[in-house]
Amino acid sequence: MSGQSVGAVHSQCAHFSEPLRLRSGGVLPAYDLVYETYGTLNAAKSNAILVCHALSGHHHVAGHYADQPDNIGWWDNIIGPGRPLDTDRFFIVGLNNLGGCHGSTGPSTPNPATGKPWGADFPIVAVSDWVEAQARLADRLGIDAWAAVIGGSLGGMQALRWSISFPERIRHALIVASAPRLSAQNIAFNDVARQAILTDPDFHGGHYYEHGVRPVRGLRLARMLGHITYLSDDQMGEKFGRELRNGSFSFDYDVEFEIESYLRYQGDKFAGHFDANTYLLMTKALDYFDPARLDGGDLKTTMARTTAGFLVVSFTTDWRFTPARSREIVAALLANGRNVSYAEIDLNFGHDSFLMPDPHYHGVIDAYLRNIVL
Amino acid sequence: MMHTLGRADFDVIAGWVEPGHRVLDLGCGDGSLLKRLIETRGVQGWGVEIEGANVIAAIRNGVNVIQSNLENGLADFADDAFDHVVLSRTLQTVRHTEGILREMLRVGREAVVSFPNFAYWKNLRSVLDGRMPVSEDLPYQWYDSPNVRFFTLLDFEALCVQMGLIIRERRVLDEKGNPVEADDERALNFLGSLAVFRLTRSR
Repeated sequence: MSGQSVGAVHSQCAHFSEPLRLRSGGVLPAYDLVYETYGTLNAAKSNAILVCHALSGHHHVAGHYADQPDNIGWWDNIIGPGRPLDTDRFFIVGLNNLGGCHGSTGPSTPNPATGKPWGADFPIVAVSDWVEAQARLADRLGIDAWAAVIGGSLGGMQALRWSISFPERIRHALIVASAPRLSAQNIAFNDVARQAILTDPDFHGGHYYEHGVRPVRGLRLARMLGHITYLSDDQMGEKFGRELRNGSFSFDYDVEFEIESYLRYQGDKFAGHFDANTYLLMTKALDYFDPARLDGGDLKTTMARTTAGFLVVSFTTDWRFTPARSREIVAALLANGRNVSYAEIDLNFGHDSFLMPDPHYHGVIDAYLRNIVL
Repeated sequence: MMHTLGRADFDVIAGWVEPGHRVLDLGCGDGSLLKRLIETRGVQGWGVEIEGANVIAAIRNGVNVIQSNLENGLADFADDAFDHVVLSRTLQTVRHTEGILREMLRVGREAVVSFPNFAYWKNLRSVLDGRMPVSEDLPYQWYDSPNVRFFTLLDFEALCVQMGLIIRERRVLDEKGNPVEADDERALNFLGSLAVFRLTRSR
């Protein structure tokens, strides 16, 4: 990995007291957004990059906390001096989206009306709501226009939404391992994940906090399922194959194959800290995302509203959001004569490739960002 | 496939585009033709390139580049999206010759095609001497060549007729990139190392 880490970082919290009207019709009377920044905002305020997180991400994108040296940001490998998101040039902002469970207002934070956690009463939030809230955070930070907005997966959808909703406030959109809308198969996977949570006896209609329990079984299953879709068949085969933990069949239902062990470990780890209501919300935001819907499904018409430059990146082994899905975005941009580059990267890590420190992949991002005039 | 060797055809192509034109360069390599057309002719440019290292180089050159395999056609590009679609020194590396020519004239008003002329006298002499030609415009050994189609200036013109494509302009260059003039087609075919064609659909 080239370049350096940003080192010790700290998170901040911005309170917003102006109500936010949501896509679902709900209203958030007030809310907090936790965020982190790396690098320095220049005098012209022209060097800011927003990093949008995916389903399970948050505001701790890079670096570590002084008192938690092992708590490293989820996209640390791409951010720092000499790295593609070069903090010697750029001012990087990462936040936890509304509905999240890492400090920003969400189902697990108190509902001011009741004093108890929002739980199931937290309104459904859409990608466009996140972008609206991010725009308010930009206002707060004095950023009129982002030099770039970047994200992978659901994060890429936010970058895409930015380019449509606020064309005058985004100069470049970097959309990685993403799609212009989910396919029926994508939605199907999300619904199985949701059903696992919703049918967990500890779910209590989303108000599990007051019962002192959490639907960990459902959340664990949801994560196990999701995790399968993040990896490629080849990679799973290479990493686990048919390896048995004890070398021979035990003819029972305990963990036998290494892949079972791995998935259960991932499920347990995730269910131990993530909030099930947030998981439900995030999957719904994914399902609802369809910026071309109001244009009769014609993405070309939708993308006519954009003015940004685009870099679209996909990965050959990503079967959750295949390269063909990225090319739909590219085709809509080309049809409008927009500035767009597209890289289809041969990496073996499936959907998760976007988090990997691959030199070629990072080289593409680096080459694009270095050409941004500040 | 990279534009690292002779660039004589770039001069010809630059003369055929106009400011504001939309240009698509197929097999754009590191994007140097587009960079030049953007800087000196004020066009809007996009490139198509298959090699990852070239994609990075093109992005670094500030050129729009779409990573894609030309053999799969140009499905991501709409009809009549471009004024010029350029295929510089690449046609001989494409297996689906007719397919790519048809695609070029579907997405573009004009196709600009340059290719090495295998009937160039030095190439013929080389074959007569018993060896496959290696030259400025054919800079590969037979065993490492990306070329899969071997054709001459006259072969190409015959294909254009067969496909009903209109040849609007033609420039024939020698190995140094200087224009070749000749009275008859056979002589031109013999003297030209590189051919550059400007094609349109028949109406």
